[in-house]
Amino acid sequence: MDFMGAYSPDHLSFLMEGFWVTLKVAFISIVLSFFIGSIVGILRYARIPVLSHVLAFIVEIIRNLPLLLIIFFTYFALPEIGIDMEITSAAIVALTVFESAMISEIIRSGLKSVEKGQIEAARSSGLNYYQTLRFIVLPQALRRMVPPLVSQFISLLKDTSLAVVIALPDLLHNAQIIYGQKQSYVVPMFLIIAMMYFIVNYALSIIARRLEVKRV
Amino acid sequence: MLDFSILTNNMDLYLEGFKYTIIASLIALVASFVLGTIIAVMRIAPLKIVNVIGTVYVEFIRNIPLVVIVFFIFIVAGISGTAAGVLGLTIYTAAFIAEAIRAGIMAVPKGQLEAARSSGLTYGQAMRFIILPQAIKIVIPPLGNQFINLVKNSSVLGIVAGFDLMYQADLVSSRTYVVFDVYIFVALFYLVLTIPLSLGVGYLEKRLGKTS
Repeated sequence: MDFMGAYSPDHLSFLMEGFWVTLKVAFISIVLSFFIGSIVGILRYARIPVLSHVLAFIVEIIRNLPLLLIIFFTYFALPEIGIDMEITSAAIVALTVFESAMISEIIRSGLKSVEKGQIEAARSSGLNYYQTLRFIVLPQALRRMVPPLVSQFISLLKDTSLAVVIALPDLLHNAQIIYGQKQSYVVPMFLIIAMMYFIVNYALSIIARRLEVKRV
Repeated sequence: MLDFSILTNNMDLYLEGFKYTIIASLIALVASFVLGTIIAVMRIAPLKIVNVIGTVYVEFIRNIPLVVIVFFIFIVAGISGTAAGVLGLTIYTAAFIAEAIRAGIMAVPKGQLEAARSSGLTYGQAMRFIILPQAIKIVIPPLGNQFINLVKNSSVLGIVAGFDLMYQADLVSSRTYVVFDVYIFVALFYLVLTIPLSLGVGYLEKRLGKTS
């Protein structure tokens, strides 16, 4: 094991480049999937006749597929029907599709967890459906959604590493290039990238736990 | 539209992959259940150093990607892709199962353990005969979810040549020069496994939720 050689300044900055790609792709996907997931979750909660069923069907299919398959499919299969994306966009699209489905479920069950009496009371006091959702249901549901949402974001950050199959130049990919040069770099490389993933995700999980404690 | 001859002509490969996906998931499920239970008990055992080991395991493994673990094992241990995949899945899933089981154990009222201990049972006996049987009920739905994740996550075997569905799909698409149709069929194979599991877990959640 050659720690000194593996952790040379050049290698470290190359790793940081990869880490930056990981964080960037994860961040963009988080923002997009939160947005799309919220809309889908609310539409499903609203029980709009045909639309809610169609969305339920799509969400169930996506949730029950491996993300790896979706990433692979987005980059290698979609070009066959004329949808061609470069690697980073394909990674973001695949992650967003998968995570939106997961997040929509969190949003929907958060909304559903608000007691029926609350809604009935709000409606009886003269608020319309939209006002009830905006002022009564959402504020209560949001607080309950925060911990599962943060865990989902942690999953997303970890899942970004699956994009190595389409050669996204992320943290894992760059580490592979470095340890590909020398057998003695393998263990040091895995140790450092594991620590990098760990530090960011652990920090996020601590934030999630804080928020959980505050709620009670 | 989809070319079904791709599915029928390569059925042997698809079924071979399907078999590997199921077997790998099942082995990893049993192994990670055993490992996860041990770690969960370690985390609540009345011995500080054992607690710390359990906690470090769970926190570390949960916060790093599965692919990193699988690659590491595959390269360093020098075992087959299938074995590395199953071992990686086990190590990874055990951390989540340990958390689910710990939450289940914590949900059993404290008085139960105290009563068991006062009636002369050792800590191990109290766990084995009093706490764990009650915790299992609470733990079943989250365990079911972990199994669904396990089936989906088993797709990483494909990256390390583990003979699963993803790997065989790669073979089929290099034989037929088609990607789109090949992977749609792969998706169907996964859904055949995961959709019934999801429905089952949903049913259990409702059933067990009502009784408590």
